Amino acid sequence: MPFVPHTDEDIRAMLAAIGVESVEALFDEIPRSLRAHPLPELPPATNELEIVRLMHSRAEHDRRYRTFIGAGAYEHHVPAAVWQIATRGEFYTSYTPYQAEASQGTLQVLYEYQSMMTALTALAVTNASLYDGASALAEAVLMAVRTHKSSRRVLIPRTVHPSYRKTVRTIVKNQDIEIVELPYDLPRGHVDPQYLAEMELGDFAALVIPQPNFFGVLEPVDALTDWANARGALAIALVNPLSLALLKPPGRWGRNGADIAVGDGQPLGIPLSAGGPYYGFMACRKELVRQMPGRIVGRTVDAQGRTGFALTLQAREQHIRRSRATSNICTNQGLMVTASTIHMALLGPEGLRRVARVCHAGLSMLLGKLSAVPGVSRVFDAPAFHESALKFSVPAEDVLRALRARGILGGLSLKSDYPEIGDGVLVCVTETKTESDLSEYASHVARIVGDRFTPAPCAPNSAP
Amino acid sequence: MNTPTNLKYSKSHEWIRIEPDGTATIGITFHAQEQLGDIVFVQQPDMGRVVKQDEECGVIESVKAAADIYSPLSGEVIAINADLDAAPEKVNEDAYGAWLFKLKLSDPAELTGLLDAAAYEKIAEADRE
Repeated sequence: MPFVPHTDEDIRAMLAAIGVESVEALFDEIPRSLRAHPLPELPPATNELEIVRLMHSRAEHDRRYRTFIGAGAYEHHVPAAVWQIATRGEFYTSYTPYQAEASQGTLQVLYEYQSMMTALTALAVTNASLYDGASALAEAVLMAVRTHKSSRRVLIPRTVHPSYRKTVRTIVKNQDIEIVELPYDLPRGHVDPQYLAEMELGDFAALVIPQPNFFGVLEPVDALTDWANARGALAIALVNPLSLALLKPPGRWGRNGADIAVGDGQPLGIPLSAGGPYYGFMACRKELVRQMPGRIVGRTVDAQGRTGFALTLQAREQHIRRSRATSNICTNQGLMVTASTIHMALLGPEGLRRVARVCHAGLSMLLGKLSAVPGVSRVFDAPAFHESALKFSVPAEDVLRALRARGILGGLSLKSDYPEIGDGVLVCVTETKTESDLSEYASHVARIVGDRFTPAPCAPNSAP
Repeated sequence: MNTPTNLKYSKSHEWIRIEPDGTATIGITFHAQEQLGDIVFVQQPDMGRVVKQDEECGVIESVKAAADIYSPLSGEVIAINADLDAAPEKVNEDAYGAWLFKLKLSDPAELTGLLDAAAYEKIAEADRE
């Protein structure tokens, strides 16, 4: 169905067919006093040339940096074909259809997307996407509490992204759900299952298990999943979808697999775009599907036995069961998942595996180069995917500022969210960084740390 | 119309059969399943749940709607029909055989407030218009 505006002639013909004078006349039931007025504060419309100049000058405010910041939004190479195809009129203009079955092509793309996500997560069903990873986690928490029925407490480790934890709190705040934050083992950088087993935590509906966690560290997912299940609680996996090309998927965690898996799909074909839009994905085991929010596309046959696609299980949704809908979500990130589906199709499982491997290898290489720099140390000793927290012998702020002056965004300061670490910096390496990029990073850091490193004159054992 | 005379009925289209042991078996009427269309899922109340009369205690989902099930009597849920998990369409095929749940009654006096077949038929007729 092409989305092309009507011509004046079309409009006149339609009005004539229904016997109405003008488009205005269609609204004459609405009292004058309720009609909107023109907005005087809006400046006059600008033309294309003016807008282009304005946007260019705004863009110039941001320098072009080489970034080593991850922390939930990752710079990856997106093949040119992805957005070439995604910006085709048929995809670009499509909204989440309400007369869904008239948009078979849109539904088919969503079905393909869903199929790919079930393959990546090794869980039975997924929805057609949610707004972003953080709100997807909040929806998973709500879903777990609905499913569990007796407890309204959910355990979330501090190794979960601070923004995600804030978002969850905001969304569940007025729904009588208690979020309990769990500590992590400091030298290792992940949750300690032994410690959990010894803690008196009481009943809870679910445990959130990030993989990798905010520090890039791999959590002991099997032990954590089994621990939660043994306590009658659900295991909610919070995963980086690119890492699933290498790591064990949530459906195979522990003895029974995780119950729900969520995360942000940004690493799969979505540009950084100054923070968004991205998209959230959600997958779950088959028994929980009726509690899952969001749109779900199903494949079926029509009255003539031909294959077709339809929105399914709609009794979960607002337009069927208003007050008892599983969520107020009634849309999805259509354009983002279209691009992501094309990206995944182009790369395929082998391509995704290679990207993930190169990211991990890149981090290892950078850490190797930095290990030769005195004054740089890793905060955590456990295995990591493609991010690592570092500490420097000089204030992190100074290191990051000096790197920025060289056109490098050196990492994310962890000081405000994790003061117990001290002055940590979270550094990420993806396939977009070459070996010479990494050497440059290491040599700049070595220079910055070396220049500033002057031992205190009164300190014993300080070399002259 | 299909309204067995040996059963009692509620205004919300449930049928009730009082068993010899005093428990109540509950389902939805022929008229109700006809209005709903093809039933795809039945969410029954949990075993052991204590319900009050007219309390909403479950949901029946069809291809076009999701309708609440109301308990026509007060009591404790002592059985749920497990057949409906895999075959919810049984409610369409045999509305008076495919029971939803059984109650141990806590207030038998409520029985006098239920409708007989004739009274229910009037309600169903009016509903059809």
